[in-house]
Amino acid sequence: MEILVILIPVSLLLGGAGLLFFVWTVKSNQYDDPDGDAQRILSGQWDDHPKP
Amino acid sequence: MTAPMRPGISACPACSAAPAAQALAHQDTVLDARIALSLPTIHCAACISAVEDVLNAYPGVHNARVNLTMKRASIEASPDVMPDALVRAVRAIGYEAHELDAGTLSATTTDKAGRDLLMRLAVAGFAAMNVMLLSVSVWSGAADATRDMFHWISALITMPVIVFSGQPFYRNAWAALRHGRLNMDVPITLAILLAVITSLWETSLSGAHAYFDAALALTFFLLAGRYLDYRTRAIARSAAEELAALEVPRAFLLKDGQETQVPVAQLAVGDLIRLRPGGRLPVDGVIVDGQTELDRAMLTGETVPVFAGPGQAVSAGEVNLTGVLTVRATAVGQDTSLHRMADLVAIAESGRSRYTSLADQAAKLYAPGVHILSGLSFVGWYFYTWDVRTALNIAAAVLIITCPCALGLAVPAVTTAASGRLFRRGMLIKDATALERLAQIDTVVFDKTGTLTQGTPVLTNLHNHPPQAMAVAMALAAGSAHPLSQAIVRAGAAAGLEPAQISALQERPGYGTMGQWQGQTVRLGRAAWVGAQAGAQTSAWLQIGTGAPLQLTFADNLRAGAAQAVAELKQQGCNVIMISGDATPAVAALAAELGITDWQAEALPAEKLARIEALSAAGHKVLMVGDGLNDTAALSAAHASISPASALDAARVASDIVLLGGDLAPIAQAVQTARAATRRIRENFTVATVYNIVAVPLAVAGLCSPLIAALAMSLSSITVSLNALRLR
Repeated sequence: MEILVILIPVSLLLGGAGLLFFVWTVKSNQYDDPDGDAQRILSGQWDDHPKP
Repeated sequence: MTAPMRPGISACPACSAAPAAQALAHQDTVLDARIALSLPTIHCAACISAVEDVLNAYPGVHNARVNLTMKRASIEASPDVMPDALVRAVRAIGYEAHELDAGTLSATTTDKAGRDLLMRLAVAGFAAMNVMLLSVSVWSGAADATRDMFHWISALITMPVIVFSGQPFYRNAWAALRHGRLNMDVPITLAILLAVITSLWETSLSGAHAYFDAALALTFFLLAGRYLDYRTRAIARSAAEELAALEVPRAFLLKDGQETQVPVAQLAVGDLIRLRPGGRLPVDGVIVDGQTELDRAMLTGETVPVFAGPGQAVSAGEVNLTGVLTVRATAVGQDTSLHRMADLVAIAESGRSRYTSLADQAAKLYAPGVHILSGLSFVGWYFYTWDVRTALNIAAAVLIITCPCALGLAVPAVTTAASGRLFRRGMLIKDATALERLAQIDTVVFDKTGTLTQGTPVLTNLHNHPPQAMAVAMALAAGSAHPLSQAIVRAGAAAGLEPAQISALQERPGYGTMGQWQGQTVRLGRAAWVGAQAGAQTSAWLQIGTGAPLQLTFADNLRAGAAQAVAELKQQGCNVIMISGDATPAVAALAAELGITDWQAEALPAEKLARIEALSAAGHKVLMVGDGLNDTAALSAAHASISPASALDAARVASDIVLLGGDLAPIAQAVQTARAATRRIRENFTVATVYNIVAVPLAVAGLCSPLIAALAMSLSSITVSLNALRLR
């Protein structure tokens, strides 16, 4: 059962990282235009290099 | 852990949509202008890139981004870029575009409350998942020191999350208690806090049962309901604001002979305002110069334009049809007759405020019931065992089991599904209880002008006149922007007529047009001008030389889907009534065409209101459909109300539902959808009740373990959500 000492903090850290990631997506306005984002994938415009 | 918005966001509303561009804009020029365009027809990736390419290539534009969800483009450009030019550029590549008033829109772009709820929901979800993981280990057999450790870790996660995520409930509950009332949030708050307190107590005594997972799951499910509810209302609000923003309020101010474009809000009493044909009066005033005809349909429902000349008083909301006017403002802003008329709305008792929503009805029964049940269990078990710990544990279990997870989701899940469905059909649900009220209606009252009809005239007696005369009329009409003239040109062209050759064509604003044809003077215009007797019907008169004037009569065209909507509503058993401010013959003709037997003409706004109130007093649930300012009082007094998007702002504000397209047919479908939605809500309440009937006896008997509580709670919430989804 000693393995729990490692496993529980690890699971909490991973979950926490996911939460922080989500907070970042909210703060950087990534849910403002879900329909647009779904369509923009289909555009080949920035396939070769990212938008400057 | 809230989502703080950047300060100064109101000065740069859509910067939040493009943070990188914001930084760029601040380096470049501090005074970048913000322009917003509405793009109702875009729908795909190709549309997005086409529009963005055109806008970004336009000289002076620094950044343009299309938002497909809101069908809008936000543009940062140097101040000398005119919005009209951008609209033209987008139209040139084949997309419909309209300018939006950035001032009206700024409120929607900072969606602070929505982000706040989403953040609390995410934190609660994260914590609930982790604690559930630990709880499952406990339920599957972890014992002694391991169980205690798991409980303590759960407590460690739960405590801060409950403090943060539960805040919306605590605030609402406190607000209700302070006013001596009970609402849904009081039992919710009590259940969450009691669950945490008893669990902490149990954990400290190394007890077997802790409800940390239940407290978190409760918070998560209830927040999900709140968020759904909020999203539905936010989408409706932003679409409603977009409609308002489509009317960019600008006026032409005359100062020292110079014309300048200023926002309507800056106009003052005594200012001279220039109004071109087609423009709507922004103020009350007196005509100083110019003659014209005014369209007062929005204020009174009359379809026949009224003549106006110098010295005549005019009211805000009237539309200038033919001549250029100079008007001296006598009242601006809140003092205009437009606003005074809107004040009638405040007097009319709103159908909305009288209605108690199904959720509130349920809460009224539920909230006291739960407290009494849980209190009785506590007292009963205390006297049975003389042990506070056991009694408190059971009271907490009762509260957790009865907690309105399913109830909290029952209404928002259904309204979200129904509103989404109606929105795709072009109906915007503005009020939270609109669907429930719409489901109850048994009487529908229609306004005529602009609601059942399009408000644009059509020539009706083209073939009663010699083709030669019509050719002359067409030629004369071609020189004017008056709606009747345009109707003559359209009708003539449709009948294959060629306009006659006319020289010395001139328009007399307010009277008509005249010219020379084969050596004779020809006139087309008002009855009095050509020497004829004015009748009740909308008409223009044509005089050739000194001959007898010919009467050209006009009727108002039916709006698309009007006949279908009326027929379907009748089929559904609704009593259909038409009340109009227009003259009797026009109203009678339309009533006969649509098969409406109950109609009333020449009704004043107060009479419309009185009729609605009389119907309500007789026990009818009235749906009012109207667009004019003369309908606003009736719209707010009715049990439910609908207005078309072309309606005045005041009428749209007063109504629960806005029809976005020009078609009236969705009204009948909306009533059906509303009835289906209300059925689903009641079904959901039944599901929630059945689950309580099964689970509550277990809880009261002290047989409810945390595992049973978690299962029952999740199952009922999922059942209710799935049932709501069946509506699609």
